[in-house]
Amino acid sequence: MELISILLDWFPYLLRGIGVTFGLVLSSLGLGVIIGLPMALGQVYGSRLVRVPIGIYVWFFRGLPILVLLFLFYFGIFPGLGFDLSAFVVGAVVLGLRGAAYQSQIFRGAIQSVGEGQMVAAQSLGMDRLCAVRSIILPQSMRIALPGWSNEYPNILTDSAVCYAIGVAELLTRASQIVAQTYVTMPIYLAAAGIFILMNYGGMKVLHMIERKIAIPGFGSGAM
Amino acid sequence: MHTDEYILKVEDIHKAFGANEVLRGVSFEVKKGETLVFIGSSGTGKSTLLRCINQLTPPDRGRVWLHGEEVTNSGKRINYFRQRIGMVFQNFFLFDHLTALKNVEVALIRVKGMSKEEAREKALAELRQVGMEDWAGHYPAELSGGQAQRVSIARALAMDPDVILFDEPTSALDPELTREVLEVMRTLAQQGMTMLVVTHEMGFACNVANRILFMEHGVIAEQGAPGVLLNDPQYSRVKNFIGQFLEYNGD
Ligand SMILES: Nc1ncnc2c1ncn2[C@@H]1O[C@H](COP(=O)(O)OP(=O)(O)OP(=O)(O)O)[C@@H](O)[C@H]1O
Ligand SMILES: [Mg+2]
Repeated sequence: MELISILLDWFPYLLRGIGVTFGLVLSSLGLGVIIGLPMALGQVYGSRLVRVPIGIYVWFFRGLPILVLLFLFYFGIFPGLGFDLSAFVVGAVVLGLRGAAYQSQIFRGAIQSVGEGQMVAAQSLGMDRLCAVRSIILPQSMRIALPGWSNEYPNILTDSAVCYAIGVAELLTRASQIVAQTYVTMPIYLAAAGIFILMNYGGMKVLHMIERKIAIPGFGSGAM
Repeated sequence: MHTDEYILKVEDIHKAFGANEVLRGVSFEVKKGETLVFIGSSGTGKSTLLRCINQLTPPDRGRVWLHGEEVTNSGKRINYFRQRIGMVFQNFFLFDHLTALKNVEVALIRVKGMSKEEAREKALAELRQVGMEDWAGHYPAELSGGQAQRVSIARALAMDPDVILFDEPTSALDPELTREVLEVMRTLAQQGMTMLVVTHEMGFACNVANRILFMEHGVIAEQGAPGVLLNDPQYSRVKNFIGQFLEYNGD
């Protein structure tokens, strides 16, 4: 069976795409939190001077197709600034910056949904606003945000395949390379699709586990 | 100067929201261990007055003094004063993501800088004081309104405040639960806690208050000891007001 031997030969190469795809996803979720959460806080608690630039950022990254963003950064902005970055790094950064724009709005909604009384009660005990945000508002809003934030995972995972366009060696890119080499089409793309689906399933399982672990009776995701 | 005689001094407080003049010059003084009860119809500025005292709502004019130190215009030091002025809210405002114990602990750790062990011990003692020690591990959503309010009283007590402000602490509660909260408050008053209480519970006002302050249109219209207000014909307005409530409550 020639087909099976081709598949076996090339499968490890395809599998190594999992790590790359996962790296793109992690970057998007990671930068989503690292950049998106401070942006959300800025939008809720900041002055106009803080809110306006954040608003423009969010508007920009949500307003453009990913492909446009990728080309813009890969062929335009980064080279223009003198950065010689690999396709993977550019893909990871662009997905991350874009993720931050989307995820900041999830965090913002969650922060705003925490009742005003929580801040008032914290302040009445002598906490300053920063302390209240850290020890009262954020622990609550993060729990509220988690289900919505988890739902970004499948979106980001599927979006990550766009990095094919700038040649990041993620799953789809590798599948296409194998197809070009072997002229075996359906089985290879099916294998790639299968891997995407498994990654989707596995990731959601982990995220739901975390949701259950930090659930609090009558509160946030635990109550719904 | 006899400022030290008074724990709290409120001087000519004014507050307007836009064109709505809610407080129009409120002054009074509170001695250590006194319980003052504020009564008056809805919208006369009782909540606003309490919130002006700890600056949750900064007044437009007037001053507040705690132990002779100015609370108004105190800048960042307001957080120090807020530790010394406890507050209990109509809707409890317990921290929803924390157990009863942690609700009491959190400010001890984050504001007072206590160690976890110290805070825990103190928090358990305060919960015991309000009869909620057995519920220490429960979340707010698992508590009845009366239990939640008792936890919020423990949370305020834990800071060892000089005075506690109660804004209609039982208005969100059934009569049964109201009783258990009022009982805790009565005990506190007997133990010498200084308290400012906004309430419609006239039984509590008449039995526990050292002074009742009747508010009307943003000023204190009449005030005095309950016995005096109820018996002296000079205070007809407040007597009528209290009378209405006693009738409605049927007792
Ligand atoms: N943050 C605010 N912004 C605008 N108006 C306010 C604000 N807080 C209170 N008010 C107004 O001030 C007036 C007095 O309110 P306040 O809550 O102090 O009255 P109250 O005596 O506590 O009444 P109640 O018995 O209903 O609690 C009301 O007309 C209210 O609408
Ligand atoms: Mg009120």
